[in-house]
Amino acid sequence: MNSKQKVIRVKNMYKKFGEFTANDDLSFEVEAGEIFGFLGANGAGKTTAIKILCGLSYPTSGEISVAGFDVYNERESVKRNIGYMSQKFSLYEDLTVFENIRFYGGIYGLSKSEINSKADNLLKKLDLEHARDKRISALPLGWKQKLAFSVAIFHDPKIVFLDEPTGGVDPVTRRQFWDLIYDAARSGITVFVTTHYMDEAEYCDRVSIMVDGKIEALDTPEKLKKQFNAADMDQVFLSLARKATNIE
Amino acid sequence: MRILKYLLQKEFLQIFRNKSMLPIIFVMPILQLCILSFAATYDMKNTNIYVVDKDLSNQSRELISKFNGSPFFTVKEIGFSEEAAEKELFKDHIDAILVFNEDFGKSVDLNTQASVQILVNAINASSAGLYNAYITSVIKDYNLSITPNFAELSQGNQHNIVNSTYSHQFNPEMKYIPYMLPGLLVLLVTVISLFLSAMNVVREKEIGTIEQINVTPIRKSQFLLAKLIPFLIIGFFELGIGLLVATFGFQIPFLGSVWLIYLVAFVYLIAILGLGLFISTQTDTQQQAMFIAWFFMVIFLLMSGLFTPIESMPEWGQKLNILNPIAYFIKIIRMIMLKGSGFFDILKELGILSIFAISSITIAVRMHKKIA
Repeated sequence: MNSKQKVIRVKNMYKKFGEFTANDDLSFEVEAGEIFGFLGANGAGKTTAIKILCGLSYPTSGEISVAGFDVYNERESVKRNIGYMSQKFSLYEDLTVFENIRFYGGIYGLSKSEINSKADNLLKKLDLEHARDKRISALPLGWKQKLAFSVAIFHDPKIVFLDEPTGGVDPVTRRQFWDLIYDAARSGITVFVTTHYMDEAEYCDRVSIMVDGKIEALDTPEKLKKQFNAADMDQVFLSLARKATNIE
Repeated sequence: MRILKYLLQKEFLQIFRNKSMLPIIFVMPILQLCILSFAATYDMKNTNIYVVDKDLSNQSRELISKFNGSPFFTVKEIGFSEEAAEKELFKDHIDAILVFNEDFGKSVDLNTQASVQILVNAINASSAGLYNAYITSVIKDYNLSITPNFAELSQGNQHNIVNSTYSHQFNPEMKYIPYMLPGLLVLLVTVISLFLSAMNVVREKEIGTIEQINVTPIRKSQFLLAKLIPFLIIGFFELGIGLLVATFGFQIPFLGSVWLIYLVAFVYLIAILGLGLFISTQTDTQQQAMFIAWFFMVIFLLMSGLFTPIESMPEWGQKLNILNPIAYFIKIIRMIMLKGSGFFDILKELGILSIFAISSITIAVRMHKKIA
């Protein structure tokens, strides 16, 4: 895959809710295979933007294409090429691990044998073979989140959108989660991830930092630290976030 | 098609894994049918009457004994004071008072106008009407028994009493169960399918899985079809249990075709499920969905003619019933079961139900948003 290929193009994107502008003139591009960190405080407009990119919400204006498809007119083609993991935990608690995998594999049109062999590999990789027939409700949160991520990329999408995937889990599990993200990126999946853990920002190839609906900075973590003369991403973020007016 | 298969598989797994669902599906219908069929009756069985007999004549005693002999009446007390009787009526110990004045026996003997006063508790107007009718019929019976006497007395005078005789078609013994039970069946099927469908999509909104569904290329129609089919099957199943209980348990005559009932039920259930899904798409929590479903249910049900005859509603009420799917289905199911009506007899009602079905499902699909 050509690494210069742009899989997400956003130009002058606005999203307004009445008087309130949640996304104010966003423009950025994401390259194929990249891990793109989409940072910002709570209420900065990250989730709004990610929903537009996933086709869950209409932008007010702007030119946006995802995986080569226009988000206004080719929404269903966009959806066929992306995976999404929301803040809200989104596997079915009353179904077993395997039933969830089978369901999501099935609705993306995978064949039965594909589903079975991929599910076996996945469970082996996650070390969850013993939990294959356990209900999701019986699993610890960290496992659920790793599983939710794996299900989100089960159909091998071009891009996976992760909206604060590691909220509420311990640092060790977060580290393991990021190993999964690296694996996905190595296999060619572009990762678009929002987070407010600044240590996670260091793991990204490039990050954008949103403040009050605007992108205030966009570069590699190294360059940003140099630019803001900061020791780590935390300081970079703080020096930008001080400008914010509507931090919740 | 394959996608639909996976969706359906998931829905059925979830339905049968929900521990509170199974009793609702299997036990509730039978309980409901049995309890309501026995309890929701129009028949009068125990009317308690108080007799004020100021006459104490043979004639008054004879009439009182007729009440005593009737299975519908219990003569609670015989007294002389109207006040005492009214007090009992006040306390709700009795349902009606019968007053014989001093001259009752004499008037009967002299063949002049003899009168009995009847006072009934009319808090419930429809049962008051029934008390009245039953009491009057006992008195009429007494009247007939003394008529030959005065017919003899007044030889030559023509006493041609016009006698009307009745033949009750389709429910010859005027039993209430054959009348009520088909209606209760409709109620049963409606409650289950409306509530289950109304709560279902909104439940996915509550737990957040709907978002995950919405980022997939699943089509709206596929998603809603997968929500509809399981409840359609459950509805059919409920109807089947109900019909079995009705015909074999209650021995209700079943003159028409089961297949015709199922055809109507199919159309009807689509209409109701469409309404349920529509409610689901318009609400954010199961609680809201519940209340709205309940609102529709109560109005449809009370207007449906199950408990009060539609003919006695005010005209605007009858007109409103044009929009009431329950009323149509109750009417049709009674026609098919009790009269043996065929396809062409119910064509008009079935046509209207089809319009409901098509519009409610169209609206539900339209209003379901894959996008916020």
